[in-house]
Amino acid sequence: MSHAEDQSSTRRDFLYYATGGVGAVVTGAAVWPLVNQMNPSADVQAASTMRVDVSGVQEGTQLTVLFLGKPVFIRRRTQDEIEAARAVDMNDLVDTDSRNPNIAAGSDAHDENRSLTTPEGENTGEWLVMQGVCTHLGCVPLGDGAGEFGGWFCPCHGSHYDTAGRIRKGPAPENLHIPNASFVDDTTILLG
Amino acid sequence: MSGIPHDHYEPKSNAEKWLHSRLPIVGLLYDTLMIPTPKNLNWMWIWGIVLVFCLVMQIVTGIILVMHYTPHVDLAFASVEHIMRNVNGGWAIRYIHQNGASLFFIAVYLHIFRGLYYGSYKAPREVTWIVGMLIYLLMMGTAFMGYVLPWGQMSFWGATVITGLFGAIPFVGEAIQTWLLGGPAVDNATLNRFLSLHYLLPFVILGLVIVHVWAFHTTGNNNPTGVDVRRASKKEAEADTLPFWPYFVIKDLFALAVVLVAFFAIVGFMPNYLGHPDNYIEANPMVTPAHIVPEWYFLPFYAILRAFDGEVWVVIAAEFLTGGIVDAKFFGVLAMFGAIIVMALVPWLDTSSVRSGRYRPMFKPWFWVFVINFFVLMWAGAMPAEGIYPYIALIGSAYWFAYFLVILPLLGVLEKPTTPPSTIEEDFNAHYGSASVGTGPASAKIPAE
Repeated sequence: MSHAEDQSSTRRDFLYYATGGVGAVVTGAAVWPLVNQMNPSADVQAASTMRVDVSGVQEGTQLTVLFLGKPVFIRRRTQDEIEAARAVDMNDLVDTDSRNPNIAAGSDAHDENRSLTTPEGENTGEWLVMQGVCTHLGCVPLGDGAGEFGGWFCPCHGSHYDTAGRIRKGPAPENLHIPNASFVDDTTILLG
Repeated sequence: MSGIPHDHYEPKSNAEKWLHSRLPIVGLLYDTLMIPTPKNLNWMWIWGIVLVFCLVMQIVTGIILVMHYTPHVDLAFASVEHIMRNVNGGWAIRYIHQNGASLFFIAVYLHIFRGLYYGSYKAPREVTWIVGMLIYLLMMGTAFMGYVLPWGQMSFWGATVITGLFGAIPFVGEAIQTWLLGGPAVDNATLNRFLSLHYLLPFVILGLVIVHVWAFHTTGNNNPTGVDVRRASKKEAEADTLPFWPYFVIKDLFALAVVLVAFFAIVGFMPNYLGHPDNYIEANPMVTPAHIVPEWYFLPFYAILRAFDGEVWVVIAAEFLTGGIVDAKFFGVLAMFGAIIVMALVPWLDTSSVRSGRYRPMFKPWFWVFVINFFVLMWAGAMPAEGIYPYIALIGSAYWFAYFLVILPLLGVLEKPTTPPSTIEEDFNAHYGSASVGTGPASAKIPAE
């Protein structure tokens, strides 16, 4: 198209498409804030770190704290639980990803890649910090050795997690996620 | 509106003529109300009016409830108790609204099953059917968000599980879920927007109801025979039909009165029978109720959602074929929404040339198994997801899809239907006796039903 001789229709076409294009852009620009207002607001985004005192957590117990609107499990595991978790063969796992953002992405789900490094910088497996959110549909799993693998059990749709919080049976597709966490001193864990 | 020949509105007084030439609104209402309606309609054709009544009742009681309700995580639960204890008559308004949702769904399921049995979805009523399915989807969304507002344990965890469905969408799921919730979890932002949408959607439904009525007033009502009203002349049409007012309005209002007796018995004597005690515990993000169960009207679809775990072969196949993009979780979500989509597509899946199930001997048993299966799924959805129940849910889900995708397409080919009556008049006279030799409303001594 677009020869000067091709007279008014091409100019008219151009104006037609240009107007339509501008209209589409303006409509998009007007609609986007109406959509984006539903994303997390500034105050919600701001509440993204938390310090937790774990000095009172005894071996074989779990502290549950609310972080970003969801529970975080901080479990001080017994030696039996650690051994049980470390004895599991990778081939028995449903999800072989560590789901741990604190270490290299794509690390496998060995128990050493799940537990938190102690304040002394050792990975004894004593501390396990996880999101208390079932990876199926977001319920809070029951702890204290619940389920067929002695770890956690989600009562909603029957997902069983082992003592390292790895999915072993049921509809959940992934291991319990691990939040960003680290010891900042002997008794304090920083979340986020 | 309708293509059925009938008398149209004629303005008589000068005032009527004045208005009619400027805004023909009286004519629109008159023609809508006087629409020729097949005179053989049975009692399954009352649910439309019950549904309209439910919509109005829910909107009126809902507007009142919002006058006393506070949409904030710290105050919502207490404000509902305030309505129950302090607001004058508030307990009644709330119980009517709460149980009104159940009445709404009982009526809509009967209305849908009516349509499925008598082939109301078939040409030329496909658009009516599709609009109806959209209304049904919006009803589910509205009811779900309404259930979140009291901010009890089931409210909170129901919202967590259902919004989690969107999180199952590959790649963009998490962003969509966060956008829906307004944060990393169900919280105040979620509660506020759910109130806003719960208030909005009923009016969208109202608009779609008008479109729904418009569509079937254009095609004319279906009827138990599935035979079309004769349109060659007004005389023939009048032999097959009666005007909606007064014949069907009075019949429908009588049925509505009977339905409301049962409804108010429940509201008065067992208002929490259909609810869950857990919802009288304030929402707590740290504790999941032992057993999250949606309201009864979602249970069949909840059962379908849970039926497909990672050990079902179709899930394994889907996961393999898509390179892991469709996992067990997403498959369950697809199955749940797919169950409604296949139902919406039934006008094109049912290949039978005969409309009404009354004349389809092979269709009947499959249809009734479908109805029973609906209740089996409802029951399985209420049970914990362990032991035998997931298998029952899986068989029920398989039948749901088989009914729409295999049985209905094949029946149209395999089945030999019996012959429907040639006219609605013939069917009417066979049931109620020929009242006279003449035709038309004036001579029908026995009104329809």
